[in-house]
Amino acid sequence: MATHIPLDEIHGSQEMGEQTQRKLWLEVLHDWVTTVDHKKIGLMYISYALFFLLVAGFEALLMRIQLAVPNNHFVSPEVFNGLFTMHGTTMVFFVGMPILFGFGNYLIPLMIGARDMAFPRLNAFSFWISAFGGLLLYYSYIGGSGLYGAGSAPDVGWFAYAPLTAKVFSPGHSTDYWTLSLLLTGIGTIGTALNIVATIISMRCPGMKMSRLPLLPWLYLVTSGLAFVAIGPLTAAQIMLMLDRYLGSHFFDTQAGGSAVLWMHFFWIFGHPEVYILVLPAFAFANEIIPVFSRKAIFGYPAMVAASVGIGFVSLGVWAHHMFTVGLGAAENTFFVLSTMVIAVPTGIKIFNWLATLWGGKIQFTASMLFALAFLFQFLIAGLTGIMLSVAPFDWQLGNSYFVVAHFHYVLVGAILFMVFSAFYFWYPKMTGRMLSEKLGKWHFWLFLIGFHLTFDFMHIPGLLGMPRRVYTYEADRGWMIWNMIISSGAVVQAVATLLFVYNMVWSYFKGPLAGPDPWDAWTLEWTTTSPPPSYNFAETPEVSSRRPLWDLKHPDDPDSDYEIGPSRRSRAKKESQ
Amino acid sequence: MSDIAVAPGGTDGAWTLPSRGTVGILCLILAEASIFVIFVVAYIFYIGKSLTGPTPKEVLSLPIFTSICLLSSSYTVHAAVSALRRGQQRLCSLWLAATVLLGGIFLAGTAHEWYDLIYNHGLTIQTNLFGTTFYSLVGLHASHVVVGLIMLSLALWFSVSGKMHHHHWEKLEVLSLYWHFVDGVWVVVFLVVYVLGR
Repeated sequence: MATHIPLDEIHGSQEMGEQTQRKLWLEVLHDWVTTVDHKKIGLMYISYALFFLLVAGFEALLMRIQLAVPNNHFVSPEVFNGLFTMHGTTMVFFVGMPILFGFGNYLIPLMIGARDMAFPRLNAFSFWISAFGGLLLYYSYIGGSGLYGAGSAPDVGWFAYAPLTAKVFSPGHSTDYWTLSLLLTGIGTIGTALNIVATIISMRCPGMKMSRLPLLPWLYLVTSGLAFVAIGPLTAAQIMLMLDRYLGSHFFDTQAGGSAVLWMHFFWIFGHPEVYILVLPAFAFANEIIPVFSRKAIFGYPAMVAASVGIGFVSLGVWAHHMFTVGLGAAENTFFVLSTMVIAVPTGIKIFNWLATLWGGKIQFTASMLFALAFLFQFLIAGLTGIMLSVAPFDWQLGNSYFVVAHFHYVLVGAILFMVFSAFYFWYPKMTGRMLSEKLGKWHFWLFLIGFHLTFDFMHIPGLLGMPRRVYTYEADRGWMIWNMIISSGAVVQAVATLLFVYNMVWSYFKGPLAGPDPWDAWTLEWTTTSPPPSYNFAETPEVSSRRPLWDLKHPDDPDSDYEIGPSRRSRAKKESQ
Repeated sequence: MSDIAVAPGGTDGAWTLPSRGTVGILCLILAEASIFVIFVVAYIFYIGKSLTGPTPKEVLSLPIFTSICLLSSSYTVHAAVSALRRGQQRLCSLWLAATVLLGGIFLAGTAHEWYDLIYNHGLTIQTNLFGTTFYSLVGLHASHVVVGLIMLSLALWFSVSGKMHHHHWEKLEVLSLYWHFVDGVWVVVFLVVYVLGR
């Protein structure tokens, strides 16, 4: 049975965009607000996340200015507490999750040859409720002090340990805004995750068996599965906190026999899988981008899938490594030390697979690939400091120090943000129809790389020297000054690089060279349709018979399905023998 | 060059995938289950840790009749789906009505229990850790029953007014899966609160 992918779609119609008449901006706005198209929702997720990236980045910059020199009084301690709480909460919930879900929303239906997500209206609902959550969090700057006049932004830290969140210690409504906004985005996250799973399971185009699913959807499947079991505990804990604060229950009220450690458990049962919810999509981008710029198929596809699923399961059993300093007891500590170390195994498999993909490939050093290569290197280091911190006695020394801050920023910035930038350079042409400037992209890469290493390499040192996180200032004789100065100057370099990236996006949107449907000579289905794709994605539902359908299309004499082990190859062999 | 034949093989036979409604509701159930797990863990963790009375032993009695009602409503909703699947419209309405009735009895039982606890035993969510965990866990479950009852009543309304047809059976099945989940959670809540916790 022959399968067809129409080539008219590939040499798509550029003039389509020009034919449509210009609309009034109100009509455009109405279009975007009422849309249920996965591509538009994806773009809204991404732009919403980019907006908050700038906001939370600005907050980080304010903190770095405050800490650049000892005994500084650039911001007050109260404002500083608000800054690190808002920075952390924003980056995790309103930058990390939406940007990754944005890419997922945009790419998954295209990659699996579907016209939209499984539940388009739920998709729109999830986006808007998440967006509302972000606005609610920032509304606390206006409404947080309420009638009591205490504090504006939430200032309890992003993990909001009890009893700091009790009504006595957090009067006013800032903590309520924090709780409510996390509750709402949690609902949005579960909605989107549900949608992604249903889309991948139920909307695949003919021939796209799970064994032929591109790795990006595969990893989003694992991420979404994790989201269900991780966001649930967060939601439950937030409900308990609300009950404590409003109805006077005693979940985390130690005076009535409640336990503050219980909150820590509940929060980190969410908190650690959350790290993997954020990093797995970054792996997903790497799985698509590294092969294309190495001009080789991904090495070890089944091992990659197995490792991802393995990470998903193991990550559910490591949460208490955030709590070694609580004093859980020797048996508990040992368990969580070991489980944390075990997670390095599937992660290591991934790193070796990426290296093996690069090995012998014709590597193209585009801006996208540069970010991906830096990701590989930096993610390795982040993993190594992670293994150091997984050793409980080491953690007792350095828990809550700047060493920990440096470690997780190495993951969040060095791995995830680098891969997000890489994904922008890779898929921006698909989303807008124009290429991002490579020249500006390389400036962006090198500046950001330098800034990143200035900040986060040197941040390990004050941590080793004993500087605790979340201090608003420090004395001059501690010996931390030079390191903090370097860290802060690196932050400025990163800020400049990020602005360059924003400029590149705006400039390229109007002036960038036209991309065409397949600028990278890639292999997955999203590159068979026009850039940007029409609202219906594919004029004709594609059919696939291997993991790289576009390779098969371009090389009909040497299709992948000949080499992939599976039923199709066997049936083909059978046919030939007959 | 308009069409290119891609390598043959691969799509032998019909291409069928699981229904998106079923996959979606199973995902929702997984997420909801993880919320319940946390509340159950909190309940178990705080058993016997209340600093003041009343204790569960003093005030709780086994809600056996209402539990039987709720659990048997799992059967009736299943019967409603089967009836619709076979195209027996009126039988479906009848089973749905039975489900709503049984769920309503359960809810009334919970309401009566809470009234008794609050006004006769002085147990509120503020009284002690038992009150805190009891009302939140049982209340979370009851709120799920309320949501289920609203949706089942809507389904009943559609069924009676003739807007629900044979081909809607998969959608009704999605709703029934949610209802089975709510019933399953009650088994856990019952065991934890009324058996283990007493």
